[in-house]
Amino acid sequence: MWAFIHKFGSPKWFYGISARLLPWCWSLAVMLILVGSVWGLAFAPADYQQGDSFRIIYVHVPAAFLAQSIFVSMAVAALVFMVWKIKVADMAAAVMAPLGATMTFVALFTGSVWGMPTWGTWWIWDARLTSMLILLFLYVGVIALRGAFTSRDSGARAASVLSMVGVINIPVIKYSVDWWYTLHQPASFSITSRPSMPVEMWWPLLLMVLGFYAFFIAITLMRTRNEILRREAGKHWVRELAAGGA
Amino acid sequence: MAFDSLDVFFAMGGHGAYVWSAWAVAALAMVGSVVHARAEHHRLLRDIQRRVRRDTATPRTDHDAS
Amino acid sequence: MSRTDAESVRGVEPVEPLGGLGVAMAATLKRDLTLAARRRSDIMNPLAFFALVITLFPLGISPQPALLATIAPGLLWVAALLATLLSLEALFRADYEDGSLEQLLLAPQPLPALVLGKVCVHWLMTGLPLALMAPLLGLLLALPAESYLVLSLSLALGSISLSLIGAIGAALTVGLSRGGVLLSLLVLPLNIPVLIFGTGAVQAAIIGDPVGPHLAILGALCCAALMMAPFAIAASLRISING
Repeated sequence: MWAFIHKFGSPKWFYGISARLLPWCWSLAVMLILVGSVWGLAFAPADYQQGDSFRIIYVHVPAAFLAQSIFVSMAVAALVFMVWKIKVADMAAAVMAPLGATMTFVALFTGSVWGMPTWGTWWIWDARLTSMLILLFLYVGVIALRGAFTSRDSGARAASVLSMVGVINIPVIKYSVDWWYTLHQPASFSITSRPSMPVEMWWPLLLMVLGFYAFFIAITLMRTRNEILRREAGKHWVRELAAGGA
Repeated sequence: MAFDSLDVFFAMGGHGAYVWSAWAVAALAMVGSVVHARAEHHRLLRDIQRRVRRDTATPRTDHDAS
Repeated sequence: MSRTDAESVRGVEPVEPLGGLGVAMAATLKRDLTLAARRRSDIMNPLAFFALVITLFPLGISPQPALLATIAPGLLWVAALLATLLSLEALFRADYEDGSLEQLLLAPQPLPALVLGKVCVHWLMTGLPLALMAPLLGLLLALPAESYLVLSLSLALGSISLSLIGAIGAALTVGLSRGGVLLSLLVLPLNIPVLIFGTGAVQAAIIGDPVGPHLAILGALCCAALMMAPFAIAASLRISING
């Protein structure tokens, strides 16, 4: 277990193994998202209340899931970095933050656009939209804090502490915002409970969620590799790699 | 198939602008991330190659001092 | 600090860590209280800011008592939140600049306990005065009479959490030259639950609902912050000093 963790921590090893994993992740992501999109956009039946505007769910919900999961992954990576001093974990955390912020923005934008045909207004202080907005601020804080330090190591450790503090706070924020605004749609999708949506609407959503997760893994691997190149640019193996291939 | 024709499909029951703009932003964000990551990868590799060339041109080199 | 040093040098008794901790915390409290008493403006400024912000709202919105009374709980809480935030930047700043923060880090006693002492003083110097002053400003906003006590209580209880959470942000940004805006960016989102339940308590008091649950949740948040925040503050200070 521990040996595995430290092997995982070697940037060189990670660079090699991620190169082999990437094609699988990408094909999985592209396949799931393509099938999910076509199914969700063209084949799923229209909602009996919302009509075709409900098809926004197929990008809104996966983006919202991802926005929250990325913060948790970032905090886990931060914990691994702080406990075992594994640099790759921090590189992953560093590249996850902008992606998470992007996904949060996508979830906010699609939620807002969905609000227009559903509620007749671009923005409603709905519990989930509000939590999402707060999450965006948390992401911006983590990114800004990392950037504010001149020393990369200090910035990394400060961002790690903030991610961990943030992830402890996210459930508290979520529940307090839910309590604050109790008048909202019940969560439309959950992996554990039985679907309240018709099955033919639910399947494409599942595919899209899985596809988004595969996309997240793939893009994180890709950008972590870039981060390795950036930080290890002076190392022998990176120079040989750059001189040899590509 | 939930739609009879392509026009009906694009109209999305009158909600076309909302549905397509939401999907477009999501697609743009994802494709943008990929394009950015690829460009970053090539740029970094090129920079390292340039540095390797510069160092091999001068006789005194110290590879592992970053 | 000199007292704790003397204690640890002289310390031959086997119970040194425990006794040493008590002495060190007392010394930290006494030192910070003395410093705060000498710099009165640091205590007065957040209070003046609080009053000023509250004054702006009737001017900016409307002087009608009925309208002001409905938004008063939120206004008072948000203004108190901002006033606390304003005072946070100075929490570790002076100690960082004169080097006594490094001495605190080098002390043999556990750092979380020592920073808890510092945060305690911060609360005594900002949170508590704000809570005591709030009813006065509530009067200006035509806050219904039955909610004054709850307003003070909720602010006193909630500002403990605000001080603790804010201290994490202050510790993270103390080494940065322009940390002020960043500090607000880091701390404000984390303070939202306290704001929600604090305002909720006052609103419940106004409409005559039981306020116990709200205050209990504020107390729970406070306990959770008391348990976890000192460790995060200590870790953040080490990053800011050693990095």
